[in-house]
Amino acid sequence: MVKAGLIGLGKMGISHCAILNAYPNVDLVGVADTSKLLRWGIGKYSTIPMYDDYKAMIREANPDCVFIATPTSSHFAIASYCLEQGKHVFLEKPCCLNYADTSALRKMAEERNLLVQIGYHNRFLGTFSEVRRLISAGELGEIYNFTAESYGPVVIKQKEETWRSKRTEGGGCLYDYASHVINLVSYLMGEIKGVRGTRLQKVFSKGVEDAVYSTLFLDSGASGHLAVSWSEESFRKMSTKISIYGRKGRLECDSQELKVFFNTSENPPDKQGWHISYLTDHTPRVDYFLRGEEYSSQVNDFVNRVASGDTDSINSIKYSGETDRIIELLIKDAELGGE
Amino acid sequence: MDRVIFGDNQFFGVDHLSEENARKKAQRFKDTREIIKVLDAAHEVGIRTFMCTTYARIAEITEHFKSDPAKYQDWKFYPCMPYAHKYANAVTELGIGGALNHFTGGSVMGGLLKGGMAVVQRDAFKMMQLMVDAELQMFKGVSAPVIFLQNVVTDLLIGLGMEEFFVEFEKYLKKKYNAEAGFITMNLPLTTRRLQAAGISKPIVCASLNKIGFRMTGSMEENKQVLAESGVRGIAMQVYAAGAIKPREAMDYACSLKGVESILFGASSKAHIEETYNLINELST
Repeated sequence: MVKAGLIGLGKMGISHCAILNAYPNVDLVGVADTSKLLRWGIGKYSTIPMYDDYKAMIREANPDCVFIATPTSSHFAIASYCLEQGKHVFLEKPCCLNYADTSALRKMAEERNLLVQIGYHNRFLGTFSEVRRLISAGELGEIYNFTAESYGPVVIKQKEETWRSKRTEGGGCLYDYASHVINLVSYLMGEIKGVRGTRLQKVFSKGVEDAVYSTLFLDSGASGHLAVSWSEESFRKMSTKISIYGRKGRLECDSQELKVFFNTSENPPDKQGWHISYLTDHTPRVDYFLRGEEYSSQVNDFVNRVASGDTDSINSIKYSGETDRIIELLIKDAELGGE
Repeated sequence: MDRVIFGDNQFFGVDHLSEENARKKAQRFKDTREIIKVLDAAHEVGIRTFMCTTYARIAEITEHFKSDPAKYQDWKFYPCMPYAHKYANAVTELGIGGALNHFTGGSVMGGLLKGGMAVVQRDAFKMMQLMVDAELQMFKGVSAPVIFLQNVVTDLLIGLGMEEFFVEFEKYLKKKYNAEAGFITMNLPLTTRRLQAAGISKPIVCASLNKIGFRMTGSMEENKQVLAESGVRGIAMQVYAAGAIKPREAMDYACSLKGVESILFGASSKAHIEETYNLINELST
């Protein structure tokens, strides 16, 4: 039985709370949030112990691992405290607001042999995992280009402000939607080494960008376009799509559908042409479902690693912390204004 | 409950397999009259129950059914609330406090400021009732004998262990609307056990039930057993597993499950509706 604590009851925090509480091999020993309303609401009608102070929760409930789902600006302080106390950490994305903090966290985790896993849940989505498998197996040949896009209807008109409308708090489309897509690109095709022609576009927000456009250059030599907007009313919910071009074939993939085309010159006749498969073909069963298998799968993966002492997850800070480096590159590049 | 229940995903840009298909349907059904045509086709075929999310546009549809009471006298709506994306996007944008404020007309934060926690605590169930009333506004004057909680809400509350809300929800529907509560879930065995432990002995539970286990939690055997032995009144949805199973094979499985009272499906053409309706009836005898 793994003892887990949780800090922060926002949208992701509540989702983690339900998954952890439903998970048979996890004992959710404490949840901390600064909101009296939420502490009361969940505390009164469930048996989950609630705390107003996360340090008190860690001291008194003594979990083996802590899920942190607070606004990004607080991640570094809270995560370093947890690591100092010897706790494994599941940290919501993005990791930190600057790469220096992320690197410091990674160093702390490595020195203490603790796992820090980041909540980029696309890494646990069936169709994207299949894309990674195809690319790693060389099925598309050498990759030379890609387009990575995500759209959704978060800010579709001017509205009152929250922490999400302040860059210093981790608000804006870059830290939110775009970080997922950047992370997905590195998961599928390897590290990003540079960015050019970045535009952080305000559509409706005053303080932060609502859209992110850039060209990404990978270690492998491939390059591709990034186009992300959370101000797209035409999409019912966040929709991420990636198109990848290789010398042996190409593919298009979203959370539901994977379409692969194998070229004639490099493939045996029975393999050539289109192959379409669906989420149903690539999704492992989970014990408890809330909003998508990938949310349960990532918690499951983390908890199993905590139980076995394994500190190298596909979403550990060693890999997914690098997204913060790319976010910094994009901000710097955008400041050049295309010069 | 009727053996066949007609669903609404096809009308509102939902397609579990393909966003392109979803878009084509969204375009066609932008005109509510197109939805009504399909519902009329379902009515002609013999379907009498329409399960639908509480989107704003449902109001236009209920108007149509009220316009000819004689023709539609045995037509039933099964409303499913709340329309979750509306709330999820608001939470991302406004935070949980801001979203609650937005949807309750400021009563949460207003209550906190005026009377402190005591006011909000006393009124927590009242707040749930206000939200239920708001969502059911559109169904005034039509028959809505079973009212469902969407899976996001059911599964969240099940995960958090807050079953007391289900009991209050059920009581309130009975008292104010003379309706039964239904629960949509992706976790049939867990939800059924928890509802029964909370005192809802024969819960109406609508869940993914298909031959390949898509969007099903717990083992296939466990699902089968809970349906057959627990007293749950099951509604099978996602019977085709988002298109992965061929119609006859899919319906053959769903119809064979003991404890499944109804089968939910959606379609956009009369021929397809008729074919599916006949198939379910054929396999149910």
